[in-house]
Amino acid sequence: MATETAVRSGRTRVDGFRVTRAGLVIALVVAAALVPQMTQNQYYLGVAFQAEMLMCLALGLNIVVGYAGMLDLGFAAFFAIGAYTTGILSTKEHWSILASIGPGVLIAVICALIIGFPTLRLRSDYLAVVTLGFGEIIQTIAINLNQTGGPTGIYAIPALTIGSVVVASNTGYYYVFLVLVIIFALFSTRLRGSRLGRAWLCIREDEDAAKAMGINTNHYKLYAYMFGAVLGSITGSLYAPALTAISPASFGFSESLLIVMAVAIGGLGSIWGVMFGAAVVEIFPEVFRSFAQARLLVFGVLLVILMVVRPRGLFPERAFQALGTRIRARLGHAVASPRSGTGGPLVSLPTEEP
Amino acid sequence: MTAVLQTDHLSLQFGGVNALSDLSIEVDEGALHAIIGPNGAGKTSFFNCLTGYYKPTGGAVRFQGNEVTGLDAAKVAALGIRRTFQNIRVFPKMSVLENVLAGGHLRATSNLLSITVASRGFRRRERLLHEEAMASLEFVGLADQWNNLAGDLPYGMRKRMELARVLIANPVVVLLDEPAAGVSSVEREELSRVIRRIHDQGTCVVMIEHDVDLVMEIATDVTVLDNGRIIASGLPQDVRTNPDVIRAYMGRKRK
Ligand SMILES: Nc1ncnc2c1ncn2[C@@H]1O[C@H](COP(=O)(O)OP(=O)(O)OP(=O)(O)O)[C@@H](O)[C@H]1O
Ligand SMILES: [Mg+2]
Repeated sequence: MATETAVRSGRTRVDGFRVTRAGLVIALVVAAALVPQMTQNQYYLGVAFQAEMLMCLALGLNIVVGYAGMLDLGFAAFFAIGAYTTGILSTKEHWSILASIGPGVLIAVICALIIGFPTLRLRSDYLAVVTLGFGEIIQTIAINLNQTGGPTGIYAIPALTIGSVVVASNTGYYYVFLVLVIIFALFSTRLRGSRLGRAWLCIREDEDAAKAMGINTNHYKLYAYMFGAVLGSITGSLYAPALTAISPASFGFSESLLIVMAVAIGGLGSIWGVMFGAAVVEIFPEVFRSFAQARLLVFGVLLVILMVVRPRGLFPERAFQALGTRIRARLGHAVASPRSGTGGPLVSLPTEEP
Repeated sequence: MTAVLQTDHLSLQFGGVNALSDLSIEVDEGALHAIIGPNGAGKTSFFNCLTGYYKPTGGAVRFQGNEVTGLDAAKVAALGIRRTFQNIRVFPKMSVLENVLAGGHLRATSNLLSITVASRGFRRRERLLHEEAMASLEFVGLADQWNNLAGDLPYGMRKRMELARVLIANPVVVLLDEPAAGVSSVEREELSRVIRRIHDQGTCVVMIEHDVDLVMEIATDVTVLDNGRIIASGLPQDVRTNPDVIRAYMGRKRK
């Protein structure tokens, strides 16, 4: 029997598992798209929208922390740069929201270069301190500048318009962010399956050995930081019209920490894990509102337990594959040898059965 | 014969310690050059100087006639000088295949746009690289391990994976730091076969190895280091009977 060796980002799909996975993705997207149909409760929609936004940020930070292994404790800074650039350009200069995304990204990339160039060659712990400082600086600037509206921030940000469609409801922004999550997840997947993703993981795993592969580690660390900045800034640019008002309080250290938590809980480097982590971080404290003040404590305790029990997060990379293999083994199916299985879209090596 | 890799009066100091002093070595084209010597002789330090991991405090390294002294490790690798590490360094949370693909990093040339849209060119280039990576794994006898995490491989297999990772880059010179250390006799046979095949393909091999029998079996040239100095060099059979070499090894044993 002729089979094909499936090689996709170095992972195989046990026969049929890939189909199952594609089905799961579609089912999830459909389910997510139906959420606003199921409830008109603005509070639920608000939480759902916040969760999507955190997913976008977490996917951005995942490139920096999850892929390249650089601890960034000031990621909210790029989120703020996007939000404020859009806020200022749309209210003071009457730019359209979509047009303001570009300048936001540009400023974020410039900041990433300025911060990253001298510091990314440092080891991770120093980097954490520098990025933490950068986050604080951006927030302090936002509080003190006139252009950014000082402590009260910017309000009356106009709605997002796409062509002739004006997005002005929670439901509308829920869909906008759903699309953004999908785009970011797809983009992350593509990066992961390319030389960029591989180089970042090498740096994360063993920076000195990465150099022996010919990887210019300083450049690649800078790329990761810049990609993170771009995704963070785009999220910020769409966040501003969604909330119609922004203030420095939304972009502090606690926000940065929340994003780091989402990435760590879900599973460093795992796209599914990171999205799941973001949902947990956003929804858990809401669900347990009845605990009142204690809920954050409970959350903290659970977080510590999680990190002890599953230090690589709930869904680390390859977790799904391992699960699929285990289920099939349990069901009595022979576990396919790595040389069989249907191919992923990237690569299929034809081989003959031994 | 022309020297592919050459050092002139290379020296390296750590504080007051001379790890390497006045090392001049020529590695000829097509050679399988073994470097032997007692523990702490400076063999690994020598490799580190050649590959940009240590900056020599004196002297020069030349590769194909060009001076490469003090170049960054990634640049040295890009020139075609590839190495393995004595204390094996794999990327544990990446699959075996991805480890090898990483070795072919510089051969994956797709730009960001073609990666983002997964263009046909990108997929074709990735497929070719995947095929070559599988061929490298086949070469070292690890093809069936391609989808396992590198960190889950037993020691001997990791050593072979490191070889595959070096080979996919089509290097001009490979530097192997104790490729057969700590492996079973079966694995040792396998490794010596692989090393010989690399050499037979025309790739220049420099190999640090404690196993004198293995060296005598496959090396074309031998250099013996002790205390950071060359104490003998030449053909394997000549070096074996050199009284200085015997003394260096015996001296250590008595300690
Ligand atoms: N980074 C370093 N800092 C200080 N001293 C070092 C360093 N690297 C090596 N040395 C010293 O240089 C000398 C040579 O070490 P090296 O590791 O090169 O020896 P070797 O010949 O590879 O030994 P082995 O057979 O045990 O691998 C030793 O005395 C060692 O302590
Ligand atoms: Mg050594």
